[in-house]
Amino acid sequence: MVQSLDRLKETASQTAGPYVHIGLTPNFCDIPGVYPVDLGDTMVNDKTRGERIKVKMRVIDGADTPLKDALIEIWQADADGLHNSPSEMRGAADPNFTGWGRKPTDMTTGECVFETIKPGRVPFKDGRKMAPHLTVWIVARGINIGLHTRMYFSDEEKANDEDPVLARIEHRRRVPTLIAQRDGDTYTFDIHLQGEKETVFFDI
Amino acid sequence: MTDAKTLSNRRPETGAFFQRDRAMHPPAYTPSYKTSVLRSPQKALLSLDNTLSEITGPVFGHNILGELDNDMIHNFAKPGESAIGERIIVYGRLLDERGKGVPGALIEFWQANAGGRYRHKKEGYIAALDPNFGGCGRVVTDEDGNYWIRTIKPGAYPWPNGPNDWRPAHIHFSIFGHGFAQRLISQLYFEGDPMIWKCPIVRTIPDRAAVERLVAALDMEATIPMDSRAYKFDIVLRGRRSSMFENRMEGN
Ligand SMILES: [Fe+3]
Repeated sequence: MVQSLDRLKETASQTAGPYVHIGLTPNFCDIPGVYPVDLGDTMVNDKTRGERIKVKMRVIDGADTPLKDALIEIWQADADGLHNSPSEMRGAADPNFTGWGRKPTDMTTGECVFETIKPGRVPFKDGRKMAPHLTVWIVARGINIGLHTRMYFSDEEKANDEDPVLARIEHRRRVPTLIAQRDGDTYTFDIHLQGEKETVFFDI
Repeated sequence: MTDAKTLSNRRPETGAFFQRDRAMHPPAYTPSYKTSVLRSPQKALLSLDNTLSEITGPVFGHNILGELDNDMIHNFAKPGESAIGERIIVYGRLLDERGKGVPGALIEFWQANAGGRYRHKKEGYIAALDPNFGGCGRVVTDEDGNYWIRTIKPGAYPWPNGPNDWRPAHIHFSIFGHGFAQRLISQLYFEGDPMIWKCPIVRTIPDRAAVERLVAALDMEATIPMDSRAYKFDIVLRGRRSSMFENRMEGN
């Protein structure tokens, strides 16, 4: 026998179900007055530094239908590449930027829109800079464990080309599944759960 | 948003998280839970050792909380009234895989009312709405990772999967740890409920012990006499590697 490692096991995931909005965005689904606002609804204020952008997302199932009951969270660095997190040891992030957003997809269109800023570049473990990106987490009825992916920006071609995470994608024709297309100040990002255009999801 | 630096004297941790043991979690494709069929990725996930984007995460202080946020019996009720149902307390500790308490972590809860009915416009079950029950609550863990909420025991309800599938009584919960890679949503079940092992959603979890860890224990030592029974429910998030064994985080 040897000594025990005394590790616990992570609590198992279960689907967020069809009523995830009751818990996470109650004001959105007509349960007013319990919380003053839905958390994650606003990421920026008048003083937030950086380029203002909108990010329009949809989550699309294997029958090409957008999910109308999904919930998406994004997490990102500020304009200087710093995170608003206690674990950020490189400096203080912009206090006027939360870095975290949460949106339900619309119950009729399946679309949601984040108003945020373009993130700065964050170093990879070996010090190389990653391209600007959002960390994205998707939950919904029928999704048994939250899906992690990333969103990169179509107008950051050079940075994307040298990004160490994108470089790890063996099937190069899947790289575009992580790149949102820019039109004016709006980026559009469709997340495909399966099929030909299945988005690259990460085991982080 | 973050006042977590002042919450604790502990130095924030910056190590990568332990690899997720996917054998404990449900796979994406579970045909007996029909909705998963068209919503499950079919290609392998791309493994990625954590970068700063996954090691960091948003942290919420106690300052976001209202007085009744962890009291679902009263947080939607008219003044002087309360939700109908069996009054319970759910309490426990949020730990990580190393057994360390996770302080300052937001846990959000949602559930059906005592009759099994959700307050939601897409809800199709005929059970009555309780005018005094909204169905959401939240709490931030204390310095040692403890939390507690007050609620009513939710009812079982039928759902459109098999022709006669019913969910066991359950409370949904969502947790932020200290890094975005720890993000987790799951469901709490109640000791002694025979419906647990019949449920297609419970059965998406391949590991019996992992299901048992989702079942809250009735704790008659923690009740409030003549008021509420108590259920104990500990939650475990991914542990993280010690950064003392890692190369220094380069960059700036
Ligand atoms: Fe439910």
